[in-house]
Amino acid sequence: MTSIAKPRIEKHLLRNKLGLTLRDYEGGMSTLCAGCGHDSVTAAMVRAFYELDLEPHTAAKVSGIGCSSKTTAYFLGQSSGVNAVHGRMPSVATGAAAANGDLHYVGVSGDGDSLSIGLGQFCHAIRRNVNMLYVVENNGVYGLTKGQFSAAADFGSKSKRGEPNPHTPIDPVKLAITLGATFVARSFSGDKTQLVPLIKAAVMHKGFSLIDVISPCVTFNDHKGSTKSYAHTYEYYHPAIHADYIQPSEEIKAEYDKGEVMKVELHDGSTIALKKADEDLNPRDRGDVLAYLSHHEAQNEVVTGLLFLDEEKQDMNGRNNLPEAPLNTLPYEKLTPGAAALADLQKEYC
Amino acid sequence: MNVVTETQAATRINDFVMKIATVNGTGSASANSLLMKTIFRMGVPIVGKNLFPSNIQGLPTWYEIRVTKDAYQARTGAVDLAVAMNADTYDEDLKKTAPGGYLVYDSSWPRPHLHSREDVNVIGVPLATMINHHFDNARIRTLMKNMAYVGAVAALIELDMDVIRGLVTETFGESKKHLIDGNMEAIDLGYQYVLENYACPLPIRVAHSDKTDGYIMMDGNTAAGLGCVYAGATFGAWYPITPSTSLMDGYEAFCKRYRVDPETGEHNYCIIQAEDELASIGMVIGAGWNGARAFTPTSGPGISLMSEFIGFAYYGEVPAVIFDVQRTGPSTGLPTRTQQSDILLCAYASHGDTKHILLFPADPKECFEMAVESFELAEWFQTPVFVVSDIDIGMNDWMIPKLEWDDNWEPNRGKVLDAEQLEKIDKFYRYLDVDGDGVPYRTLPGSHPKGAFFTRGSGHDKYGLYTENSEKYQDVLDRIAVKIDNAKTRVPAPIITKAKKKTPWGVISVGSSNGPVVEAIDRLAGEDIHIDYLRVRGFPFNDEIDAFVDAHDAIFVVEQNRDAQLRSLIVNETDAEKKKLKPILWYSGKVPDCRFVVNGIKAHIAEEQKK
Repeated sequence: MTSIAKPRIEKHLLRNKLGLTLRDYEGGMSTLCAGCGHDSVTAAMVRAFYELDLEPHTAAKVSGIGCSSKTTAYFLGQSSGVNAVHGRMPSVATGAAAANGDLHYVGVSGDGDSLSIGLGQFCHAIRRNVNMLYVVENNGVYGLTKGQFSAAADFGSKSKRGEPNPHTPIDPVKLAITLGATFVARSFSGDKTQLVPLIKAAVMHKGFSLIDVISPCVTFNDHKGSTKSYAHTYEYYHPAIHADYIQPSEEIKAEYDKGEVMKVELHDGSTIALKKADEDLNPRDRGDVLAYLSHHEAQNEVVTGLLFLDEEKQDMNGRNNLPEAPLNTLPYEKLTPGAAALADLQKEYC
Repeated sequence: MNVVTETQAATRINDFVMKIATVNGTGSASANSLLMKTIFRMGVPIVGKNLFPSNIQGLPTWYEIRVTKDAYQARTGAVDLAVAMNADTYDEDLKKTAPGGYLVYDSSWPRPHLHSREDVNVIGVPLATMINHHFDNARIRTLMKNMAYVGAVAALIELDMDVIRGLVTETFGESKKHLIDGNMEAIDLGYQYVLENYACPLPIRVAHSDKTDGYIMMDGNTAAGLGCVYAGATFGAWYPITPSTSLMDGYEAFCKRYRVDPETGEHNYCIIQAEDELASIGMVIGAGWNGARAFTPTSGPGISLMSEFIGFAYYGEVPAVIFDVQRTGPSTGLPTRTQQSDILLCAYASHGDTKHILLFPADPKECFEMAVESFELAEWFQTPVFVVSDIDIGMNDWMIPKLEWDDNWEPNRGKVLDAEQLEKIDKFYRYLDVDGDGVPYRTLPGSHPKGAFFTRGSGHDKYGLYTENSEKYQDVLDRIAVKIDNAKTRVPAPIITKAKKKTPWGVISVGSSNGPVVEAIDRLAGEDIHIDYLRVRGFPFNDEIDAFVDAHDAIFVVEQNRDAQLRSLIVNETDAEKKKLKPILWYSGKVPDCRFVVNGIKAHIAEEQKK
């Protein structure tokens, strides 16, 4: 995770409600390849937190190992973070979220980190509905180890050397929907207008929010024959449901045609406005969404947007009956039964 | 009336062993516990050891109760009274009964071959016949047959029936009169039959005493779970594994009792059953990173899986407490049998240069105390700490002095800068050794903008920044080595017990090997062989270990594994001369008795004296 400090030039920059500029949400300089999709996701992350008017130190970043996982050093430099071991960021996020539910957890992983070595933890974090944003920067390839197929590589997609992938892919979006995830989205690093509001909505959703971001690897998987290249993604791009995140205090300004928009209120009073390209698609019906995905994927289309949303399910901390005040703030008086209780208890052991 | 022949006529009050053979899954555990508790309540010290299979139902299981007026903590290896309730093991149980001993069996089905040993008194009690006559339902009959053997044994060894009734009443509660009556009826069937048909009591029997005042009976896992509550631990993650499961069960039971807000119903604790040990340790690290006292109970296979993350926590300096309730290895080994074979695994878990703080409890009381201490050390040194227990300590009920607590005790959360302190300083660097003790300051994520830091397993410098610079990398690694080395004065000091006479011989031992060693030293003293004893309780090793080795010509290192792991650790981590350390090993998986120690020491001494 090499990073170089950026020079701070703040003059004339716009400020958010906290008086902070975009710079306050940036991190170290990226050391990824020029043109890497991940850097666009990083920029979207910076923009989203800036627009949410959140104090940077109230976020906590978690990641595993890989190019994508390195990016947590490139945004929110004033937030604490853990760059954990390969594929096991979800468990760290789970424990951290249990200890302090007040922070905004931002997990960044890749298709290598989440869908192979980390597949188990990815699935179980979804099951538990850990309150976090979980971004999979998906490029279908292992970059740091020089271009092996990942488990997300499509069947028949070609490697840089021209060999077709003989295996069927693991699709994090479909997997998450079947596992009961409460917020499932797919996006594209090249579509900031879609990605920024998605990140905002995901951060504010109380529960596990997956955003699978197609984020092309310019060095190992951006060639002809690859289904995760910029060219292929642009050609088959199919935005299905656009999501706008509207803060509690904000008026809903955007103009929507009647009947097209579905508004979902979040726990904190904010709203997600869902604008559907296809009126028949119901983002609250898992079967419906899966059928829609299968139909469009048969035509090689990359379906994007906020595809599934369920605001009703309790998050992990709610299911565990955790107190309002985070566990890590409880004073010892609340935790110790004391000497008298110990003496009393031991009567049962005589 | 049948005449019981006494081949060993000596009367032995409060000093014998009974072993109850049953089939697992038949509910015999509560009957055995009733027998043991009765003796304990009669004021007589006991040792209870459960030998059970890795199975749910249908395989042989044994429960051994040593009645020991001298309050020894080990087995004796002998069986004076066999209660043979499993026809599949009759032959084995008969064979293992000591000459002059007794064997009780269910004579509903006559077994003439049980009378093949002339030196064993066989006592037939038609348990099934009597029980089937009195009770209908099949499951009830199975359970009541257990109670009937309790009654039979009670008559034979003269247990106090009032104490038994008191315990049965406590078990079911005053309101469940029909259950109390049913159980007492079954107990009485066995009791009366034996009284009427055999000369009671036997020469081996129990008499009221006062040697259990101030003591309790508790298993180590329960005590450790209780210790986690008193330590102020709020987070536990685990994956079910024998033999550590009951530790989390204990923690949960105590949390339900003491940590649920009576008004809101909110839980001032969080327990997560993880998908595997790779995840349970990750969760503990996440919670510890965030400032909750967090722990995971596991066993050897779990440690193997956790190793990568343990190295991460070591290098990233995240507090974590790991309970390793050791079982036999390698691999799956004997999952329900005991060993001390994870000593080296725990000391150096994970790749690269790592070394961890270990605490070694020898009984459930120390499980409680060391559980509390482990969190203090983990947070002070910002590193994983292992409490290295085993099946014998963890799952058997031990007689231990009552646990004590000081209400003035407050946890020391270590070097954590809070918002106020961060406000005052210019800049915070996570890995800077400000005080020169190897322990840097940390902050709790989210507490203050100035306190933000990045935890990584990749190379970092003392400011917490990524680096591939050799000097900067080495600087951090060297500081961590100093930090861990400093822990040697903070881990529980060894306990040294001097022999009554000056001696060139010393024993070093650890954990549950303590019981056999203490008894062996007593026995050897009876033969005028005197031994000093040092029991290791923590790692990194305190300097007293070097001094103890220096002060003796030979040191016998007693432990329960094949490869003399404690000895290897001493050789590796002290200046002790390897040749001086003589291994005495036990690794059958069974809870040892003192004989292997006695014999081992004698053999070594004979060898030495030949030279």
